[in-house]
Amino acid sequence: MAKQYETVIGLEVHVELAAKTKIFCSCSTEFGGAPNTHTCPVCTGMPGSLPVLNKKVVEYAIAIGLAVNCDIARVCKFDRKNYFYPDNPQNYQISQLYLPIARNGYVEIETGDTKKKVRIHEMHMEEDAGKLIHDEWDDTSLVDYNRSGVPLVEIVSEPDMRSADEVIAYLEKLCTIIQYLGASDCKLQEGSMRADVNLSVREAGTERFGTRTEMKNLNSFKAIARAIEGERERQIELLEAGKAVIQETRRWDDNKEASYNMRSKEDAQDYRYFPEPDLVPVVISDEWIEQIRARQPELRSEKLERYKKEFDIPQYDAKIITGSRHMADIFEKASAICGKPKKVSNWLMVETMRLLKDHGMEPEEISFSPENLAKLVNLTERRMINSSVAKEVFEKIFAENVDPENYVEEHGLKMESDTGALEEVLKKVIADNPKAVEDYHGGKEKALGALVGQTMKAMKGKADPGMVNQKLREML
Amino acid sequence: MDIASLTAAGLGKKIRAKEISVVEAVRASLDRIDQVEKDVHSFVTIDREGALKRAEDVQKQIDDGRLTGALAGVPVAVKDNICTKGMPTTCSSRILENFHPAFTAEAVRNLERGGAVIIGKTNMDEFAMGSTTETSYFGVTRNPWNLEHVPGGSSGGSCAAVAAEECPCALGSDTGGSIRQPSAFCGVTGIKPTYGTVSRYGLIAYGSSLDQIGPIAKDVTDCAALLEVIASRDPKDSTSIDRSIYVHRQSKGPDSQESFKGGQPAGYDFTSALVNDVTGMRIGIPRDYFGEGLDGEIKEKILAAVRVLEERGAVAEEFDLSLVPYAIPAYYVIASAEASSNLSRFDGVKYGYRTQDYEGLHDMYKRTRSEGFGEEVKRRIMLGSFVLSAGYYDAYYMKALRTKALIKQAFDQAFARYDVIVAPAAPTTALKLGHSLSDPMKMYLGDIYTVSANLAGLPGISIPVGTDSKGLPIGMQIIGDCFAEKKIIRAAYTLEQTRAYERPALAKNASKVQEHGADDRQRKEAVQRREAVQRKEAVQREGGAV
Repeated sequence: MAKQYETVIGLEVHVELAAKTKIFCSCSTEFGGAPNTHTCPVCTGMPGSLPVLNKKVVEYAIAIGLAVNCDIARVCKFDRKNYFYPDNPQNYQISQLYLPIARNGYVEIETGDTKKKVRIHEMHMEEDAGKLIHDEWDDTSLVDYNRSGVPLVEIVSEPDMRSADEVIAYLEKLCTIIQYLGASDCKLQEGSMRADVNLSVREAGTERFGTRTEMKNLNSFKAIARAIEGERERQIELLEAGKAVIQETRRWDDNKEASYNMRSKEDAQDYRYFPEPDLVPVVISDEWIEQIRARQPELRSEKLERYKKEFDIPQYDAKIITGSRHMADIFEKASAICGKPKKVSNWLMVETMRLLKDHGMEPEEISFSPENLAKLVNLTERRMINSSVAKEVFEKIFAENVDPENYVEEHGLKMESDTGALEEVLKKVIADNPKAVEDYHGGKEKALGALVGQTMKAMKGKADPGMVNQKLREML
Repeated sequence: MDIASLTAAGLGKKIRAKEISVVEAVRASLDRIDQVEKDVHSFVTIDREGALKRAEDVQKQIDDGRLTGALAGVPVAVKDNICTKGMPTTCSSRILENFHPAFTAEAVRNLERGGAVIIGKTNMDEFAMGSTTETSYFGVTRNPWNLEHVPGGSSGGSCAAVAAEECPCALGSDTGGSIRQPSAFCGVTGIKPTYGTVSRYGLIAYGSSLDQIGPIAKDVTDCAALLEVIASRDPKDSTSIDRSIYVHRQSKGPDSQESFKGGQPAGYDFTSALVNDVTGMRIGIPRDYFGEGLDGEIKEKILAAVRVLEERGAVAEEFDLSLVPYAIPAYYVIASAEASSNLSRFDGVKYGYRTQDYEGLHDMYKRTRSEGFGEEVKRRIMLGSFVLSAGYYDAYYMKALRTKALIKQAFDQAFARYDVIVAPAAPTTALKLGHSLSDPMKMYLGDIYTVSANLAGLPGISIPVGTDSKGLPIGMQIIGDCFAEKKIIRAAYTLEQTRAYERPALAKNASKVQEHGADDRQRKEAVQRREAVQRKEAVQREGGAV
């Protein structure tokens, strides 16, 4: 019988922080911008320039550290990581090796019905590098330092994950936590979140870890899942063939669904880390930590617990809604205004999700206000509009955040509440459709539907279908 | 009048009194440079046009009453590792031969705010690595006292310029003695301030945790005045400290002098310490600094100077300062480690020298750096890279950091008992050109008396205390506790009052030539200036009458 293998995975996750200015200078961190326009002597490594730490970066790092249950260092320091590459203007990166800001944390993940803790070894602050642009035509490389000095945290997990599912669950969990904190938008595709996968395999039941490889260039959850599967198989094949796994860094090519060796352990650079002499140690007081803790928003897991108690909505819906802090905010505000959380939840779960999918949008991109959604709920609850009109109005709200009350008024979409007018129409419909009337009396329930349809059409959709149904039965 | 022979404070006073115009002051500097620069070679860059233009502007601001400081209108030379926008900054290295900084160093901006006129950039050991100014890519600087001898280093250009009276004062930088040792060799006065006193923003780093910019001038008064102008808390330098709130510690024993007292803010008012009185000041003489290896004449002159201070009321005592032999290895490990990283940005990618022919990125890096850096710089980059390497870090770099901490402790203990410590600035007087480069170890050992102050962050002043039998100046170093600049300034000032400033023959001769050759231009300018003053006074009188 073939041997059973277990996959052991640890992650190094880089997260670009939402600070408006860079970590060591006051240049803008805004994405885009013409090359080298968000730069100054500090982030281009000009001789004589000196770094000054951005306090906001430390606050974001503390907030994340607390949210992932880390111990926050009372004194942390920066170190220089020395390596030559043109995207790095000083030829050293300011990072944290010896005294990182946070250590010993964990996050709880859920896969299927099982819950598990993934431990976090440490988290440190560092600066991002610039970007090289290779001009094949001209056979030159150009460098853009706009991203140089953009603040990052690197979150290093323990090797606690055993499958691609667990890795994705861990990343999604980190993402939600950090997005909830407003500390980053965590977009893998745009590079504001980057994950390197350390993976090894071992025979099931053994204690010792196998030799691991590190996989880089993973730009989506799907790529990560594929890379993990691919690397697991590659390592098992090696072991089955009696060969050894070599400790190396590999680059994943998602188009070819294969990975390639970048550098082996032997070529591993000696980064010659040493304490950054241009920065003083960061002293973090208990008061500062408590202030940040007090400002922490309610995180997703806490929100879920609360929704269970406060709102009568299915757990599944609560999970979807709290998946995005923005959507949860809309839900809570709209529910507070109209007092109908279940209705609000329905609008979000059905129509909003459908429209997001149609437009290829993320929940973060929802641009309508909770006030307008609440007004729409009220309009339907008060039977001011019928459900098909409500859907039409909601599309307008979703696209342009229109005020539904004004919109309904302006477009004359209000339901006809004048029973006299309805009766007039019904009389005419009955008179014009003797066949249908006959069928109805002959016991064909379906015929009533045709009559209701005729009536709704004559009323330009503004009648309450329930009311039409009832009146019609009476009159027939 | 021989303007070049004036001190900075003396010149500043005459400028404010309208006895000398700023243009005249700058011309006097430039004229002296024309006379002696071919022999001394203190400068890498001389900004004649810029300085004269700036002189006119400063003159206006003085006339308007906008500039009233002690150094308003005074020409100042700046070491070429301190960034100046509008003037190249080369670190005396080929790799930065044509480098024009995008910004001006904070210390120089402070000088400019004070109305000083920057006349040029002075020669130095390449990237401040050396003790002779011989490692400069642009050629050696010679000692104005004897052109066969080195001026010391690495701020050799600044010290030689002041000694040769090419300018009344200059900025240097001191990582392991680079202000104090060349000051001693050239018979001038220089201060290495407490780490964090002068902003390092714009100082091209050698050893970041040790580097400090400081003043070099003909006397203590000028140094105090210059330091008062350049020192500031700078938010752009995280290691800069606000001395106006920093309270330095109370030392034990009878603090008889007001300015010796601890428990007060360290402050920026350095000129307030120009007091001719050392009554009750306790002076420590470390035995280890006066034993083997020290030139007998230097020892004699320094101990004589201590006796003078004792006669003025100070109390001197010998003591054992521990760990002295460990300072040099600790210094060279730490400084080289930091340098290996600091200098990695010079790679031919962004600015400075790039090799002509190369194949690919790594070849470009290698050739650029091999060709762009000199031997001493490469030696220290290699040394620094080695001590930071995996497997050696703990044995060298960590051990050096621990040694540094112990050295600081040893000084802490000493300053619990003494107000100041006296030491030689160097084991010998200025050596002959070409003497040191052949044996780097010997050159490194020459820093024995100065590197400890950098390791411990302490302030030190070097002042002339006479000459040796070869006619070369001898310097004495006075070291203080962290932020105790006022104590060392007071001690040095008191000592200075007992002796006259000695000028090298080169400066004296140049003065004679200049005085005899006082040409028509100078006379014309003198007349124009007098007329201008009279016109101004007339305007003021009229204004007053209304």
